[in-house]
Amino acid sequence: MAKTNSVFKKVVMAVSGIIMLLFLIAHMIGNLHVFQGAESFNDYSEWLRSFGEPALPPRTLLTVIEIVLVVSVLAHMWAAIALWRQAKRARPERYVTKKSVVQTYASRTMRWGGVIIGLFIVYHLLDLTFGAANPAGTDATPYDRLVASFQNPIATTVYVVALVLLGMHLRHGIWSATQTLGQSNRRRERTVNAFAVAFATLLIAGYLVVPAAVVLGLVD
Amino acid sequence: MTITQGGPHSTVDQTSAKRGMNLTLRIWRQSNPSVKGKMVTYKVSDISPDMSFLEMLDVLNEQLIMQGDDPVAFDHDCREGICGMCGVMINGQAHGPQQTTTCQLHMRSFKDGDSIDIEPWRASPFPVIKDLAVDRRAFDRIIQAGGYISVPTGTAPEAHSTPVPKKDSDAAFDAATCIGCGACVAACPNASSMLFTAAKVTHLGLMPQGQPERDDRVVNMVHQQDLEGFGGCTNIGECSASCPKGISMETISRLNHDLLGALRAGARPKS
Amino acid sequence: MSLELFNVGEPIADTTAPADVEIGERWSERKFRGRLVNPANRRKMSIIVVGTGLAGGSAAATLGEAGYKVKSFWFQDSPRRAHSVAAQGGINAAKNYRNDGDSVHRLFYDTVKGGDFRSRENNVHRLAEVSVNIIDQCVAQGVPFAREYGGLLDNRSFGGTQVSRTFYARGQTGQQLLYGAYQALERQIAAGNVEQNARTEMLDLIIVDGRARGIVARDLVTGEISTHYADAVVLATGGYSNVFYLSTNAMGSNTTAIWRAHKKGAYFANPCYTQIHPTCIPVKGDYQSKLTLMSESLRNDGRVWVPKERGDTRDPREIPEDERDYYLERLYPAFGNLVPRDIASRQAKNVCDEGRGVGPGGLGVYLDFAEAIKRLGRATVEAKYGNLFDMYAQNTGEDPYAVPMRIYPAVHYTMGGLWVDYDLQSSIPGMFVIGEANFSDHGANRLGASALMQGLADGYFVLPATITEYLADGPFEKVDDSHPAAVEALQGVQSQVQKLLSINGTRTPASFHRELGKLMWDLCGMERSEESLRKALDRIPEIRQEFWTNVKVSGDWHSFNQTLEQAGRVADFIELAELMCVDALHRNESCGGHFRAESQTPEGEALRDDENFAYVAAWEWTPENQPPVLHREALEYEYVHLAQRSYK
Ligand SMILES: Cc1cc2nc3c(=O)[nH]c(=O)nc-3n(C[C@H](O)[C@H](O)[C@H](O)COP(=O)(O)OP(=O)(O)OC[C@H]3O[C@@H](n4cnc5c(N)ncnc54)[C@H](O)[C@@H]3O)c2cc1C
Ligand code: HEM
Ligand code: HEM
Ligand code: SF4
Ligand code: F3S
Ligand code: FES
Repeated sequence: MAKTNSVFKKVVMAVSGIIMLLFLIAHMIGNLHVFQGAESFNDYSEWLRSFGEPALPPRTLLTVIEIVLVVSVLAHMWAAIALWRQAKRARPERYVTKKSVVQTYASRTMRWGGVIIGLFIVYHLLDLTFGAANPAGTDATPYDRLVASFQNPIATTVYVVALVLLGMHLRHGIWSATQTLGQSNRRRERTVNAFAVAFATLLIAGYLVVPAAVVLGLVD
Repeated sequence: MTITQGGPHSTVDQTSAKRGMNLTLRIWRQSNPSVKGKMVTYKVSDISPDMSFLEMLDVLNEQLIMQGDDPVAFDHDCREGICGMCGVMINGQAHGPQQTTTCQLHMRSFKDGDSIDIEPWRASPFPVIKDLAVDRRAFDRIIQAGGYISVPTGTAPEAHSTPVPKKDSDAAFDAATCIGCGACVAACPNASSMLFTAAKVTHLGLMPQGQPERDDRVVNMVHQQDLEGFGGCTNIGECSASCPKGISMETISRLNHDLLGALRAGARPKS
Repeated sequence: MSLELFNVGEPIADTTAPADVEIGERWSERKFRGRLVNPANRRKMSIIVVGTGLAGGSAAATLGEAGYKVKSFWFQDSPRRAHSVAAQGGINAAKNYRNDGDSVHRLFYDTVKGGDFRSRENNVHRLAEVSVNIIDQCVAQGVPFAREYGGLLDNRSFGGTQVSRTFYARGQTGQQLLYGAYQALERQIAAGNVEQNARTEMLDLIIVDGRARGIVARDLVTGEISTHYADAVVLATGGYSNVFYLSTNAMGSNTTAIWRAHKKGAYFANPCYTQIHPTCIPVKGDYQSKLTLMSESLRNDGRVWVPKERGDTRDPREIPEDERDYYLERLYPAFGNLVPRDIASRQAKNVCDEGRGVGPGGLGVYLDFAEAIKRLGRATVEAKYGNLFDMYAQNTGEDPYAVPMRIYPAVHYTMGGLWVDYDLQSSIPGMFVIGEANFSDHGANRLGASALMQGLADGYFVLPATITEYLADGPFEKVDDSHPAAVEALQGVQSQVQKLLSINGTRTPASFHRELGKLMWDLCGMERSEESLRKALDRIPEIRQEFWTNVKVSGDWHSFNQTLEQAGRVADFIELAELMCVDALHRNESCGGHFRAESQTPEGEALRDDENFAYVAAWEWTPENQPPVLHREALEYEYVHLAQRSYK
């Protein structure tokens, strides 16, 4: 039964969210390799694929990461959707007039924001991992694909929008996860919130410099 | 009809009689749980800023009765902010624009000519009985699931045998002031009863007397609130901001903390 | 006294307290002598408990736990909303944690004296004995009483005593105690020992073969009128202060349950004893629906004053010290601002009558914390009284930290109620009455923090121990709807409800209630005289007459109809008001909360007439248009000697 418990679902979300968050930190740092030039970036990409060889088969690390991420995303989405439906059932008749008192924009956009982020991930994988949706095509190096993408204004816009949403998602998500895991209290509340804002901003800024650099022609 | 005070040392203010407000009310009318309701517009005039919100509704109801119409049903009892019986959505906010109970909201919070929307709490575990009155017995069932300390009458040890740190007992008191009004559910975008449940879990969990049943209490109460059909909490915080007793978000964190601990320790719901 | 007002019947006496042993032994002796019901038989017996306040909630929980089948009734949506929830100040207990000379005997003594020698010594002594258990019980339930830094319980002092024996939970003691009882009750409901009937109003009592065997009740949501049966009936329906319309009681507080039981034969004792609380927020306008109490604990640190000059309308902060009259400190140097409620209230009325009152209509006196804030610091004052100050600010739009509060007396508590013996059994066998609904422990005046004590004493400890004597003869023969008594009660209720709906006159029930309340406040309020009471007795029958021919109740009875609920309650208040005035008129003396203008000392204090009135007036209802019958229960004082109360 514990599985159907609403708090348990939140814990699933928090834990999967944190796993994805850790990935995002690593991924952001990885992305910053573009500033060391095409070779370094491609090497890094290659290193990911050949990590541990020959002791381990090719793509071990990457596969592990991918499995963990897929499980996390699915778990996260399962919990999010279950809670969303539960909330719908709990209030079938909506208010004629409803005002929010403290609800932040970030917390209000968790659900649709999450869906958009999810769609973005699919697109992003097709774009940069598999290259299917990439202007430079499946055969290009990761570096070329990346540059090609961000030279396309539509693709860049999609990235920027998704990143901003992700930032907001994390701003509320970090506070929320602290609360869900029972680690918040009145004294910490402000600190947690300030940390969430700072962290989300830094992380997203770290991501945004890449497209910004391409657009500004610092990287090509 | 209006007597207001003029300034700190007040005397009857003659001009205040003219200061009565005219208001347009849009009120949810629903004659019973099985029919669909709708908003109906009424006008009230000469409302004193010193009236409480419910006294303003009394004025409307007396008018309606005299016209042979059905007066607006709303719950209330103590009219001093402590029984938790009153509570409606006023212009989209639980208990209205101030962080207090509906009965303690005074008309000085409104302006002449204002239009006010009044709706019942909306959540499927709180079905509408009539107009603005809803059935909140789901809260009692959450308490029944474990919101108590099992101590049969007459078996209690001497009160001073267990000292309680003042800090804990004060914090327990803060949580224990929840009046069970349901505003938290009404305000929560998820219609979650988390703040109510968390307040009780925190109150009893902070007292030494509450320790033996602490794990079972939280597991069973959370289980019950899910069964009742309340939404899950996603830490939005509307509840606490609308709570007339200012129950803090910290209580929710405590509940979560206790729940995780209890589940890890193997506690499982009774039913 | 004119004979038409009432007839005198046989005297009555309480014979259930073991008078052959010392007072300190009587309660244990009573428990020992009473017959018990064995656990297997308890399961076969059912008890109806009407009311879920401190008295009813604690009783239902305890009886359920003991193994009886309990059926609990209340008119709000949840048991937690009973008006006990509003009690602010605290609860007394003779724990002597302060080591300031307190003891069971002193609490007993203070309460008898505070009640102005109109209560039963036996009952009060038992109350004092049981008081210590209450605190233990509540602490074990997790009631978050105020504590000191050492982790032990804190106490404060309250009006009418010189020791600190009041336990409190900030300004919300009643709430916290009630939640303790409520939680215990919910536990029994969950365990299946107590059947719950929320939003159900008792409208009549069913008596079969001379025993109370059930009630007629209306489900306020569906409107369904139904009967419920049991081996015994317990009423715990609270006080009837709302006969004054404006009072500190909740809007739903009513006399209906006890009044209808009275009409079925239960004696009503001392109906005229009402308590006026000195510290309430003054009335603001004629739309006002209720009065808000500011806990009396405020008098611990606040100082009460009015300007020396009449009609002084300066800002209170600009009135210099020597132009202020701290009249309680002046008149009662020993007790100062902490004199009992009746005295504090009457003195407030006196200074206002002199034209020295402040605020709208000159109906108010100042309660000033400026000195306390200077002495203790704002933070301490805030910690002690914060919620009361907030409540005041919310109500008045004024900041009490900056400007003195204005207060005025308001009706608050009714010492009168259904007559019960030491076992808390009424004059109808099988019907027990507990809490504010009975008359038992407070005499003519209740001391602050004693009602919570009494409610919990009755519910947790006394009733569960005494009711066994009655139930030992049970279970009684089964009763069902076919019994003529049940049919009659049910039909009576149905026809009254239909009558109310059919009149279709021109006045709302609320307008009758307001008129009655104003009349009672003016003529049978803080001060009564033969003249005022006769005037009231002329007018009340007219109001009743008009009510039954001109009230307008919209809607129908088989749905949620709050106007109908209200109309039924107002009808009962009108009848009760008449009995209150008869009682007040017949009691030609002043005592406690009953102040007859004709009977006062030269200094204007209540003057008792022990020779003629040292008795409980227990009234018997007689059929329509017959005067009520007075039964006297003589009061004897073996342990506390009759003396003029003095708080100088
Ligand atoms: C504002 C205020 C402050 C107070 N402060 C203090 C204090 O500090 N210390 C102190 O000792 N005392 C205080 N008192 C007095 C004390 O609170 C009450 O006397 C006491 O709580 C009464 O408890 P009770 O259980 O008898 O009745 P209540 O708590 O009034 O309960 C009545 C119950 O009966 C039910 N009921 C009533 N009529 C019917 C009906 N017809 N059918 C079905 N159910 C019915 C109600 O639903 C409710 O459950 C205060 C009182 C007030 C009003
Ligand atoms: C697939 C798409 C996603 C959906 C539908 C989604 C949805 C949600 C929702 C509804 C919440 C709870 C909202 C709340 O607590 O108020 C949430 C929380 C969270 N999300 Fe997502 N999200 C998605 C993707 C992501 C991603 C990619 C991350 C990233 C790294 C992430 C991180 C988090 C975190 C950390 C939380 C906080 C968990 C908690 O409240 O305990 N989410 N998400
Ligand atoms: C400017 C922002 C981003 C850039 C430049 C970027 C770049 C890249 C690149 C180049 C790859 C391919 C690596 C490879 O195949 O070797 C990749 C993979 C990936 N990215 Fe991003 N990314 C960005 C943002 C994001 C965001 C916001 C998310 C998640 C919410 C994300 C999730 C992923 C995932 C899941 C993979 C697949 C990793 C794998 O195959 O293991 N990326 N990214
Ligand atoms: S937590 Fe606050 S809003 Fe919710 S029921 Fe309790 S008092 Fe009302
Ligand atoms: S508003 Fe709702 S989502 Fe949680 S924090 Fe409060 S219950
Ligand atoms: S009526 Fe009791 S809290 Fe509002």
